[in-house]
Amino acid sequence: MDILNALVLFANFVLIPATVYGAQLALGALGVTLIFAILRFANFAHGELMAFGATITILATWFLQSAGVGLGPLPTALLALPVGILGAVAMVLVTDRMVYRFYRRKRADPIIMAILSVGVMFVMAGLVRFIIGPDDQNFSDGVRFLIRAGEFKQMSGLNEGLAIKLSQVITVVVAVAVVGLLFWFLQKTRAGKAMRAYSDNEDLALLSGIDPDRVVMIAWLITAVLATTAGVLYGLDKSFKPFIYMQLLLPVFAAAIVGGVGQPVGAILGGFVIAFSEVTITYAYKKFLTYLVPAEWAPDGLVQLLSTDYKFAVSFIILVAVLLIRPTGIIRGKVL
Amino acid sequence: MTRQGYLYFAIMAALLLAVGFGQSWNVALGILNLCLISAIMSLGVNIQWGYAGLFNVGIMGFAALGGLAAVLISVPPVQEAWAAGGVGIGLSLLILIATVVVVILLRRVTPDFAKLWVTVAAIVIGLAVIGIVYGPAVERIEAINPAHTGYLGGLGLPILLSWIVGGVVAAGAAWLIGKISLGLRADYLAIATLGISEIIIAILKYEEWLSRGVKNVTGLPRPVPYEVNLVKTDWFVNFVGWFGADTVDAASVFVKLCYAILFLIVLGIIMWLSERALKSPWGRMMHAIRDNRDAANAMGKDVTWRHLQVFVLGCAVCGVAGAMMTTLDGQLTPSSYIPLRYTFLIWVMVIIGGSGNNWGSVLGGFVIWFLWIEAEPLGNWLMQVITISMEDGYWLKEHLIASAAYTRLIMMGAILLVVMRFAPRGLIPER
Repeated sequence: MDILNALVLFANFVLIPATVYGAQLALGALGVTLIFAILRFANFAHGELMAFGATITILATWFLQSAGVGLGPLPTALLALPVGILGAVAMVLVTDRMVYRFYRRKRADPIIMAILSVGVMFVMAGLVRFIIGPDDQNFSDGVRFLIRAGEFKQMSGLNEGLAIKLSQVITVVVAVAVVGLLFWFLQKTRAGKAMRAYSDNEDLALLSGIDPDRVVMIAWLITAVLATTAGVLYGLDKSFKPFIYMQLLLPVFAAAIVGGVGQPVGAILGGFVIAFSEVTITYAYKKFLTYLVPAEWAPDGLVQLLSTDYKFAVSFIILVAVLLIRPTGIIRGKVL
Repeated sequence: MTRQGYLYFAIMAALLLAVGFGQSWNVALGILNLCLISAIMSLGVNIQWGYAGLFNVGIMGFAALGGLAAVLISVPPVQEAWAAGGVGIGLSLLILIATVVVVILLRRVTPDFAKLWVTVAAIVIGLAVIGIVYGPAVERIEAINPAHTGYLGGLGLPILLSWIVGGVVAAGAAWLIGKISLGLRADYLAIATLGISEIIIAILKYEEWLSRGVKNVTGLPRPVPYEVNLVKTDWFVNFVGWFGADTVDAASVFVKLCYAILFLIVLGIIMWLSERALKSPWGRMMHAIRDNRDAANAMGKDVTWRHLQVFVLGCAVCGVAGAMMTTLDGQLTPSSYIPLRYTFLIWVMVIIGGSGNNWGSVLGGFVIWFLWIEAEPLGNWLMQVITISMEDGYWLKEHLIASAAYTRLIMMGAILLVVMRFAPRGLIPER
């Protein structure tokens, strides 16, 4: 019974939150990695793109809510998501046309592109705060919990409760669907194959008649879809605050690099590595161990490796460690 | 500097004077002081980017270290806290160093396949041991008069000293960080430095025994007179009376002026050193490395070592600027450090001014800080004009006016993008 209690405790506070967070990071990191693979620069504006897509989605959600349209138990935001994606797509296409294309044709240094993305980040950050303000916005509705901690305790007769939020399930389901679609696209369709060829060897791809503008456009489209989805899922699960997305940029970058830059599988892997390390390293194992060991061995302290304040720092420590020990990331080799 | 450069600086001076006459001298000097600090920061970034092509986005962290130095130098020590937890903190530090040494040694002797696990195990054990000593010590320190101190305090030395110490601390951190990350590809270096600066801020925020964390250290001693004392001083009252100005206002202006003179001296020294360095054989070598790394390497220049050198120098300058900023504010507020303001805005300054040109960086610091501040009234005015035809209380009008402050972000981004597109060499291009 104690082992079961310990397992449930672990699942409730580590396994489920880390999986959900990992799915959100993976979606973000996929976008970063895609831009890395096709346009070959670190897109500092990605966090703000997530915020922008989420902002448009929130506006659409509010509109739907006021019109009385909803999905019953599911959050209305899912219905509004396509609108947000359209907004983000428009945003990236405009920025690409106005900012990046000129430099791409000149084959500018990737660092110049990164600095440009800083400029784009400023503009997007301003727009987001201009449209929706810097404060917390609540836009989730529908059923909140699938399983409540109390109900679970009654059902199973255990001391520890297990709570699963609907938003957590939605995050994982949507993430799996989006990632599945992305891989199908990259592996099976003509456009996807063209993208892989372009990312592998730009000159050869050009010689074989692949239109670079089209490849870049598709890359931006997919990035906008991924970023908006990630932003909305994060906002639904936790809360929407423009500032948070700036902070999220760093774990997202970390996930992309840890997994191996330019590798979609790596980005997913990296997302989960970062999420699980953040949660496991900052979790206090006192209660967990108390269930497992005999009473007299029970720990006095919190048995916590790092205080939760350093949650964000963990991802950077891993990032730096990976850059030092294995700069290629977990998955080496060809990109995309 | 070119004739155009002089013209830009003249326009800048005229703008500041216009603010002085139009708004108030207090505002103008307030802007000037931060312009000077911004100019120093962008000089630091220019040393890294303009001389050597290093993309460092960890400026925030080094500025914050400078700020920490200001606290640790100037605040009087808290004796009770030292007595309660000084030994514990010292011991934890020793164990930390021991852990690092052990990890390095272990990594040398263990075979490749076990390296990762041995490293992880050693780190976990080290952290656990530190936790035993460190936790109680921190608790004891933070329990001592938490409303006022609750930290170890500083050395109680004059705060001006911290401007030098801030530079040294930042340089030390930069050496460590540079050692680790300078071998990386340019964009990885950017991400690594961004992460490291966040870690530094996290430490300042949550290690309350060190910096009081989010409770902030306020009321740092000043290198210049206090307003309340000034208005009671005879010579000052006479002096002001001679001008026929309001004493309280004049005191505030006088204090800001004192700061401005101090900052100007520092800027002058750093500027002189930077120009000398740039024109020396060392400067030419750095340019050679920046423009063609491989060729410079082939000519026998140690590129990695030179990069480390220039990284440390640039970060030291940022540290000095950070210490100056904390001195000016009179307080250290770790939660106010955000990358948009302390890292990316400085980058905008360097790019606008003209990377590689010291005068350009100084000008960039002035122009961008001036716009950053004046964008707010400008944005407000713009929104008033746009909404003039709308009725009062209409939601869009309210919203637009409330959000006017954020036009400054949009403006900064737009300026950066436009300058990079149409004047990629900046306002004062590199010769």
